[in-house]
Amino acid sequence: MAKAIWIGFVALAIALPCFARAQQDTQKEIERYRELLQDGNPSELFEARGAEHWKTKRGPKNASLERCDLGRGAGVVKGAYVQLPRYFADTDKVQDLESRLVSCMVALQGLSSEEAKRRPYSGPGQPSVMADLVAWIASESRGMRIAPPQSHPKERLAYQVGEKIFYYRAGPHDFACATCHGEDNKRIRLQDLPNLTNAGDAQRAFGTWPAYRVSQGEVRSMQWRLYDCFRQQRFPELEFTSDAAIALISFLAKQAEGGTFEAPAIKR
Amino acid sequence: MADAMRIRANIVGDKVEVRVLMSHEMETGQRKDARGDIVPAHFIQNVTVTHAGKTVLSAQWGPAISKNPFVHFRFKGGKPGEKVTISWVDNQGDKRTDEATISGG
Repeated sequence: MAKAIWIGFVALAIALPCFARAQQDTQKEIERYRELLQDGNPSELFEARGAEHWKTKRGPKNASLERCDLGRGAGVVKGAYVQLPRYFADTDKVQDLESRLVSCMVALQGLSSEEAKRRPYSGPGQPSVMADLVAWIASESRGMRIAPPQSHPKERLAYQVGEKIFYYRAGPHDFACATCHGEDNKRIRLQDLPNLTNAGDAQRAFGTWPAYRVSQGEVRSMQWRLYDCFRQQRFPELEFTSDAAIALISFLAKQAEGGTFEAPAIKR
Repeated sequence: MADAMRIRANIVGDKVEVRVLMSHEMETGQRKDARGDIVPAHFIQNVTVTHAGKTVLSAQWGPAISKNPFVHFRFKGGKPGEKVTISWVDNQGDKRTDEATISGG
């Protein structure tokens, strides 16, 4: 009997480090896969289209977006993404990149806001002007520090609301964002889940969206990422550019403050 | 018409290293759309890379190649300032040709 237990212990002692090592190796291999892919990131194709859309005249006013103010002055794209979401006086709202682009399309190009939001995400054979613009504008902040402003009361409010939503448990599974993203070393199958309450993880996560999703063959934005999280949580559909989406993005951006922005990245 | 390719061609050692990103759906012909209808096959079939009038790479592709394909290869004999021309033709007859200038090490 004692012998059997002893053998059991030995087996466990051998098995445990092996398991940990296998997991580490898998993680390393996933990292290597991402590195190999990064060199030929097809996001470049989306970025090139986005840069064209920015200059293309559209809508009833037949105007381009070149005078669009993304927070750093009319037409300034460089470094705009890392300082969003922020408060805009003309709309009296805190806006992220996509909601700001909708405002610009309405104000400058004369589109209705429904038209501007008609295809927020791309699909097979159906490119999205919005998604292309987001890819390009984000790429113009590569290598910069994530620095969302928090000086306006509405910016602080958006952060607080975002934090509330992050911890809010609801839906048929009684789930919150924090259920998956509130602890270290959690996984869904092989996917490591970032702990978004810790700065390092939040910086890595926020700093790599938008991203080209290899499994979908599309560049996906932060709005899309949250929309998909809500779907996985079995929450009601997260409305594109809604206050809830912007509040959550404000919260995540602030969590990631000081990190280096490396998007559009590439993900499995 | 298809979007332009993104091409980088650099001298690495005594070879030219070429990286090409192509914008293409690469439909296999086995996927169904939301209505249940088959999405017709649409993929790049022939890729040709030429340099100074010579073919340096010729490939026949099929539906197993990913969407937005990335090609990475090296060839000998190129010099900075010279051109590399890349063309593809897909199974529906669409085609695209782009060229890039080789840049120094």
